[in-house]
Amino acid sequence: MTIRCFLIALALLLIPVSAQAEEPIKIGAVFSATGPASFLGEPEKNTVIMLADQINEAGGVLGRKLEVVVYDDETDVNKCVLAVDKLLKKDRVVTVLGPSVSGNTLAVMNKFPAAKVPMLSCAAAEKIVNPLNPWVFKTPQSDRHAVTRILEHAQNEGYKNIAIITVSDGYGQAGRTVLQELVPEMGFTLMADEVYGPKDTDMTAQLTSIKGAQPDAIICWGTNPGPAVIAKNRVQLGIKTPLYMSHGVASKKFIELAGNAAEGLLLPAGRLIVADQIPDDHPQKPVVTNYIEDYESRFDQPISSFGGYAWDALMLTVKAIEMGNSADPQDIRDNLEKIEGFVGTGGIFNFSAEDHNGLDASAFEMVIIENGDWKIVE
Amino acid sequence: MLSSYLQYLISGLTVGATYGLTGLGFTIIYNTTGIINFAQGEFVMLGGMLAVFLASAGAPLPLALLGAVIGTVIVGALMERLTIRPVKNASVIQLIIITIGISIVIRGIVMITLGKDTFALPHFSGETPISLGGATLMPQSIWILAITGVILAALRFFFTRTLFGKAMLACSYDRKAAYLVGVSVERMVLFSFMLSAFVGAVGGTILAPLTLTSYDRGIMLGLKGFAACILGGLGNPFGAAAGGLIIGVLESFGAGLISSGYKDAFAFIVLLLLLFIKPSGLFGRAQVKRV
Repeated sequence: MTIRCFLIALALLLIPVSAQAEEPIKIGAVFSATGPASFLGEPEKNTVIMLADQINEAGGVLGRKLEVVVYDDETDVNKCVLAVDKLLKKDRVVTVLGPSVSGNTLAVMNKFPAAKVPMLSCAAAEKIVNPLNPWVFKTPQSDRHAVTRILEHAQNEGYKNIAIITVSDGYGQAGRTVLQELVPEMGFTLMADEVYGPKDTDMTAQLTSIKGAQPDAIICWGTNPGPAVIAKNRVQLGIKTPLYMSHGVASKKFIELAGNAAEGLLLPAGRLIVADQIPDDHPQKPVVTNYIEDYESRFDQPISSFGGYAWDALMLTVKAIEMGNSADPQDIRDNLEKIEGFVGTGGIFNFSAEDHNGLDASAFEMVIIENGDWKIVE
Repeated sequence: MLSSYLQYLISGLTVGATYGLTGLGFTIIYNTTGIINFAQGEFVMLGGMLAVFLASAGAPLPLALLGAVIGTVIVGALMERLTIRPVKNASVIQLIIITIGISIVIRGIVMITLGKDTFALPHFSGETPISLGGATLMPQSIWILAITGVILAALRFFFTRTLFGKAMLACSYDRKAAYLVGVSVERMVLFSFMLSAFVGAVGGTILAPLTLTSYDRGIMLGLKGFAACILGGLGNPFGAAAGGLIIGVLESFGAGLISSGYKDAFAFIVLLLLLFIKPSGLFGRAQVKRV
């Protein structure tokens, strides 16, 4: 009798242990798969699902399967907050990937220190990692790096006077702050500072006042479809001033929307969209070409930089789990900070306790749009 | 300086014409039923999206435009037959809430079937800008202004000179009396939904080349069109058109001369001020009730 009791007790003790060993690693993700930013969120969601399948087919991480819980925030701040709450409190995930847009990221990032779960945002704004939040990382190149690349190019061209036009959402406001700081700092004069709404359909009024200010170059900061309207309006108004775009339009969709008006526009872009033009010995070459092949063969959609942000976020998490041999949120966070020389689609990541973006301006190539395609400029 | 003012005016008139066309749709349904149809912006969106869909399916542009307009008119007719007519005894407020529900359904269906991306439609007659006293305008702007003008004139003729149009007006004035003198009220209401879907769809198709289009374009247009309608005096088609032009021009000058950050605010501030001073709108007559 006692032996039987002992055996039952032993069995009861063993069940949870063995179950735990086989339990999948739960990773949360919240992307803007629908709504105005669906062009960001959809490739991100696809990428994460595709990668999780690939990893699981290859045997998973630490012998455990990956289970990715993906929510769609519909590009809505409130829905994003709810989705993150659900991931942290109900799904009990070990890491959260996303959100896709800066505004949503800024709204939810303070939940992570309390929950002690790391987040890897796929949004661009520098404010996400500066000032530093110990639990928050991000994979897209910072707007500061993009602005630096644009202004370096403008310096080489000998421009002196710059006009800026930015969108009034989180992405645009963050870019505007950096532009207002760096334009004078790098020796330019800021001639005009215009703003447009994310749903505006006509920006000729703003461009007309920019035209009146006679700048040497215009920098536009926004994500589709606004910049496409601006490119069209610029041609319509007969403005010949060079126009720089941000990395927020680095997708084929932009060229499709702007049509002929996209010709000659300049922008900083990650190497993903110019994969065939980067030298074979570049460390990112195999990573980006493999990702492009996998993605395009599975989803029958052209590649965009944005899916790459999600690729980096998930692979960095996997790397951190493998480094520490643990899927505990605290360990993942600690090990993320130790990652060095990780080759991703957005650049080569070197995280540290002070730098949760891990990239610098060299992550960008300056590209020009020619014949409906991107071309690296020297 | 003068050329920039001219540019603000041209841009404002082009955008304003589309607000006006959306506003026109509101007045047509309001005039026969007393309902504010909040799916009006969706008619505009449907026009643009269906045209894009048909054009990408290989239809030549004129055929795609025609198909889009016909498709939207059918949606307008179905909307009246399936959702407005069956709830005959509902109050105006209940009917308005139904239209809000329909707008959400239409938006959802378009998002799932036609996609959630933004799309571009080719310009009707080239993309070479026309220079005009230092300002420029696209040939598409001329199309927009001209077609708006033609529709306005046709509506004026319809409502004041034809028996059918007068019968529609009679329905809004007193439904029961119109019925007693032999006007088929049900037919008039159905027709008013089709007519406003037509006006909205035309607006959507002529607008899409200039401003791009997407499944959620209708919300903002509906809002601005409604504001145009209120500004001009609810129920007055010409007031709606004029109100749209005024809002467009105000926005354009506000964005150009004061600050582009508050572009949407100017129109609504002026609208609020006007409603304090003249609640019936710029061109509306104060209501007189005889007992």
